[in-house]
Amino acid sequence: MPDLGLEVLFKGKNLMRILGGLGVALKISLISVAISILAGVLVGMLMTWKNPISRAVTRCYLEIVRIMPQMVLLFLVYFGTTRIFGWNLSGELSAVIVFSFWGTAEMADLVRGAIISIPIHQYESAAALGLTGMQTYRYIILPQTVRRLIPLSINLITRMIKTTSLVLMIGVVEVLKVAQQIIEANRMSSPNAAFGVYLTVFLLYFAACWPISMLAGYLEKRWR
Amino acid sequence: MKWDFIMKYLPLYQKSAVLTVKIGVAGILLSILIGIFCTAAQNFRIPFLRQAANVYVEISRNTPLLIQLFFIYYGLPKIGIRTNAEVCGIAGLAFLGGSYMAEAFRSGIEAVETVQYESAYSLGLSRWQTLRYVVFPQALSICMPAFMANVIFLLKETSVFSAISLMDLMFTAKDLIGLYYQTTESLFLLVIFYLLILLPVSLAGSLLERRLRYAGFGT
Amino acid sequence: MSEKVLEIEHLVKRFDDLTVLNDISLDVHEGEVIVVVGPSGCGKSTLLRCINALEEIQGGEIRLKGEAVSKKSRNLPEIRQKIGMVFQSYELFPHLNVLDNITLAPTKVQKRSREEAAEEALALLSRVGLQEKAGSFPRQLSGGQKQRVAIVRALCMHPEILLFDEVTAALDPEMVREVLDVILGLAEQGKTMIIVTHEMQFARAVADKVIFLDEGVIKEEGDPDQFFDHPKTERAKEFLRTFTFERKHSHS
Repeated sequence: MPDLGLEVLFKGKNLMRILGGLGVALKISLISVAISILAGVLVGMLMTWKNPISRAVTRCYLEIVRIMPQMVLLFLVYFGTTRIFGWNLSGELSAVIVFSFWGTAEMADLVRGAIISIPIHQYESAAALGLTGMQTYRYIILPQTVRRLIPLSINLITRMIKTTSLVLMIGVVEVLKVAQQIIEANRMSSPNAAFGVYLTVFLLYFAACWPISMLAGYLEKRWR
Repeated sequence: MKWDFIMKYLPLYQKSAVLTVKIGVAGILLSILIGIFCTAAQNFRIPFLRQAANVYVEISRNTPLLIQLFFIYYGLPKIGIRTNAEVCGIAGLAFLGGSYMAEAFRSGIEAVETVQYESAYSLGLSRWQTLRYVVFPQALSICMPAFMANVIFLLKETSVFSAISLMDLMFTAKDLIGLYYQTTESLFLLVIFYLLILLPVSLAGSLLERRLRYAGFGT
Repeated sequence: MSEKVLEIEHLVKRFDDLTVLNDISLDVHEGEVIVVVGPSGCGKSTLLRCINALEEIQGGEIRLKGEAVSKKSRNLPEIRQKIGMVFQSYELFPHLNVLDNITLAPTKVQKRSREEAAEEALALLSRVGLQEKAGSFPRQLSGGQKQRVAIVRALCMHPEILLFDEVTAALDPEMVREVLDVILGLAEQGKTMIIVTHEMQFARAVADKVIFLDEGVIKEEGDPDQFFDHPKTERAKEFLRTFTFERKHSHS
């Protein structure tokens, strides 16, 4: 049996520290998801408006998010704002800002897709009954889109969790950073720690995301 | 904005952009192959391979690329599997992208209705001919939006390669920020180069989608 | 009597516990037009699907010119070439234009030359009044046009027998006629056909023999005039009554 460097995990509080790191990642992603879902619903509705200005603005926003890597956005917010505005944003706050900016666009696109998938007759029959535009959204359109959206927004959570791994690069102490510290501290006593520790991190991310993906897949199938 | 700084480091960015694109393209090509392989295993219900493909898709889709790379680059050498950073980047991207491609292809094939198969069979086409002439062309145009989205997604994912010390665009930007504090210029170049890489792909994607939709749908 | 094209003997088709076709026997002779009628869910469409081996059968035998038709046949594609089928939902291939839809199977399956297949396709298209649509894509055609193309696509394979599965059921009323006229024309040319339809007037005009299928069994079969004017069974009378309307005068 080769030395897989697993013993490091059970030394001192190492495992707890790694789990604590995962906690940081999960916290960032859950806050961002909550913001994204709320803002995404609003922006998504905005995107279906016929107003050319709101269309152009939301379109631009979506395109930026679509082609800019989150990593680049993170750098822009973390390093860029310090330089340009003199703000000193913490890594965690930068991450929440960027992930919400990204997640809102993703969510808005899902909301838009769900709204436009509703046949025009639904709007027409609502109008024929005398409902106002806002009432039509509130009572007719949103209830029909919610079912389609729930599995997709659950999926957004897993994507958000996966994306939080990037915050390592702007100095947030999360799972991967803790892992690096542990490996570094035990370089002499367990030279193979990198295998065991990174494998553990790998499995932890899987354990966090997989059940959520399964739930999303299950709901998608059931509610189709 | 200091233009002389920008001019001075432009070639460095060019070099790292080329590396980013090279690894990105190689990884995407490999992930297409993996995707085809998985789709075939799942679609033809090849025993064992099919289960293996399912497990792979779940693992690949539920872990971040950065962690996959760390494991391949720093973890695997400890049990004797050594790779250089470039190979590791390509392997990581392919490992991640393969499952996304497989999902895209699968959804394309599933979108072709059974009665299309039946009408092909009833004309005397064999199973393979039916797939070749009737199902694949339709599945391909159906999955094109998802495919292009995957290509863009994977090109964006290349931005984490700096973590395994590949001298890609992020690495260069971070390096210059750290060395010279020319944050604005470094970030400006970073954004410009990612735009140069991704904007054409994104535009080509929408064009392609429009053409395919025109050719295919709305029976 | 002319040669038997299709023989069905004691056919049984079950979906799990549900018996959809129970002991169906039927011979179809060269040039004969059989019309199958019956209430929804009586197994009409399933019968056609069995004949084309799109469904596995649980009992009995189907033979085309003496050759067994079964989902397990090794030469199934060859047998299917000899059976043309037209579906309710047309099922043209959306990514191919009209001409390619028609010539795909003749060139790929029968290995005929493209020129020859295209020539025949165009001739057949002009017979159904669609020669100028050869380059169009399915989505550019009306339902009736699509269905006529689907018929031509089946004809171009020179099948021994043609199966029509409620081919007008998905069409707007004004398009039904153009499709039925094409089928009537085929009957006049002496094509062997089995037609499942809900168009009773048409059934009467085109049929050499009417089969009344109900609850998976042939309840009645015979000459069309006799079936429509003097149905023998109570079930058939009841079925035919659903096609006539009268207003009940409750006040004088």
